Amino acid sequence: MSDSMHGSHANPSNAGDNGVKAPLVAADGRPLKVSLRRALFKNKLRAILLVAPLMLFLLVAFILPIFSMLTRSVESNEVRTILPTTALAIQAWEGDGLPDEQVFAALAYDLQEGQRNRNLGRVASRLNYEFSGMRSTITGTARRISNIDSPDSWKETLMEAHRNWGNPDVWTVIKRESRGYTLSYYLAALDMRFDTDGSIVRQPESRRVYVDLMIKTLWMSILITFLCFLLGYPVAFLLASLPMRTSSLLMMLVLLPFWTSLLVRTTTWIAILQSQGILNNMLVALGIIDDQARLRMIYNEIGTIVAMTHILLPFMILPLYSVMKSISPSYMRAARSMGATGFTAFRRVYFPQTVPGIGAGAILVFILAIGYYITPALVGGESGRFITNFIAYHMQVSLNWGLAAAIASILLGLVITLYLIYNKLVGSDSLKLG
Amino acid sequence: MAVPAYATPFERAWYYIFRILCGLIFCFLVGPLFVIIPLSFNAEPYFSFTQKMLTLDPEGFSLRWYQDFFTSEAWLHSIKNSIIIAIASTILATILGTIAALGLSSRFMPYRSVVMAVLISPMIVPVIISGAGMFFFFSDIGLAQTYLGVILAHTALGIPFVVITVTATLTGFDQSLIRAAASMGANPTTTFFKVILPLVLPGVISGALFAFATSFDEVVVVLFISGPAQSTMPIQMWSGIRESISPTILAVATILVLLSVAMLMTVELLRRRSERIRGISPS
Repeated sequence: MSDSMHGSHANPSNAGDNGVKAPLVAADGRPLKVSLRRALFKNKLRAILLVAPLMLFLLVAFILPIFSMLTRSVESNEVRTILPTTALAIQAWEGDGLPDEQVFAALAYDLQEGQRNRNLGRVASRLNYEFSGMRSTITGTARRISNIDSPDSWKETLMEAHRNWGNPDVWTVIKRESRGYTLSYYLAALDMRFDTDGSIVRQPESRRVYVDLMIKTLWMSILITFLCFLLGYPVAFLLASLPMRTSSLLMMLVLLPFWTSLLVRTTTWIAILQSQGILNNMLVALGIIDDQARLRMIYNEIGTIVAMTHILLPFMILPLYSVMKSISPSYMRAARSMGATGFTAFRRVYFPQTVPGIGAGAILVFILAIGYYITPALVGGESGRFITNFIAYHMQVSLNWGLAAAIASILLGLVITLYLIYNKLVGSDSLKLG
Repeated sequence: MAVPAYATPFERAWYYIFRILCGLIFCFLVGPLFVIIPLSFNAEPYFSFTQKMLTLDPEGFSLRWYQDFFTSEAWLHSIKNSIIIAIASTILATILGTIAALGLSSRFMPYRSVVMAVLISPMIVPVIISGAGMFFFFSDIGLAQTYLGVILAHTALGIPFVVITVTATLTGFDQSLIRAAASMGANPTTTFFKVILPLVLPGVISGALFAFATSFDEVVVVLFISGPAQSTMPIQMWSGIRESISPTILAVATILVLLSVAMLMTVELLRRRSERIRGISPS
């Protein structure tokens, strides 16, 4: 900062010497314009250098991981790396009938090689996703041909080892998956698949899971956002209209859940809502419901919706509050003085001014809701599951990482779109934390 | 907001109904947090109030779940892990975030809003997506199942909070103070420690507390990238809730609620102090 100040002080004696029209120059004799630009550049550079370490850190710890997930969702290098000769030889095959002897020989070589190195498992399960039955085809064939050395025809030998090798569709799949990238994870995430002839078709009815779940996640998130609005609006209104001393005390009640561990808040809902829980016990004790007919309020949609509304409510109240705080009370008084009833004044004058706050809060809550995992997983049971539960399932249980990455990428696309809208509407620097 | 003199009886009634409604919503917000505190002193291994507790019989209460917690090898190990990871990632996030916030609040910063959006994104991107990405990338570079990996991941998740709170403290920061310090012969380092830091310190500490709370409560990333050695307290709670709900979890939850009350109080006091020393009217 100090340099720029020195630089920008023009030296009057210097400027005056050369006559009337001479440009203003700085103390060191350079034109003032250049000097200023230089100082500006220096300040800019300083600001960038201050942000750079964090940017670099986030690049390694956050942005590259996200990219690596995006790559996973289209990557398919199993055929290329484990069956390299086949992948090369099959390129010459046009796709009519069966490939020629050379491709069969290449596959036999790769399979024998793979059997020796014991690395056929990955390619077998990869191809099995694409063509069911391929796992046993590959492992079985590899076992049977491991001791055969240059027969008359590999074509005959392989087709004898497993009848699938006589099916051109199998070869279509191998050729498709030897390109190094695949769309089949995205297709699977959208409940579609490649048909045997390579065209894209929808999954059979019984195997459609993800699209419905995605829609259900969206619906439940909308419902949660709406409930947060319903509960958050009156509270924000009250906080904004009370005197500072009282409102900052009540604000603590809003911020306390915000600070409390998510797991604690979820646990507490289990304690309250479960069938032997506090709420059911109370209702039974009051005689409202029968001991045999306890309400099922957890491990289903209700559990997810109640717990998540509770968890996300502060994210609705805070932006609403900051917008309402900036609305002058004299507007309402003016409306009343001109004869509007309380309700009309609220509807016509106050409410329209709070719409930006509603938008900000709603988008924030919605973004956070669709990506939630912990709460739906703990209290959602079967019916209260979110799409995130399937990401976790494929990451940890089925180990179909490509599919997990594809579902996650679709969700990420949705979240980023909403985030951009949020940025456009309110700007991320207006995010406040209490 | 008292009822104005010109209010109609209907408006008067609505005024009180509205207050009661808000009271109920506040109960919904904080009630659940305090329900579990008495439950954690339950003498029986149940998740609900027993007859003895309701009649305030001392026999219905005990400290056995707390004893369980403080004597369990697994819980103590996970607490130690949680504290190590949370402290390390908080320090890292606070230093990086504060420096970046200084650059961000300079009016010379180009593409300010874009950079801000990127820095905040770890808070917006669902943790399960960040977790999956970190699992893939950290496995490739050999950071999976290490303390360093978990610490770096938690630092990334905590950074938005530090950036948000420190930039908030820096808005309205009087830049001429820096010039004043420079004119009196302070070099940039001295200026930073003697002028800038004391003014932004409340924001820095709140940001650090947010980052600490984030790390201390994080499940998904640890679930994905850590090995059994790095198991943290949230992981322990997570598996406890999923498998068998023992009231030990309620004891842990009670301790965590008290911790969050303490953190909230600290942040609130810091915020007031920050507003006072920056000359903004106290709230």
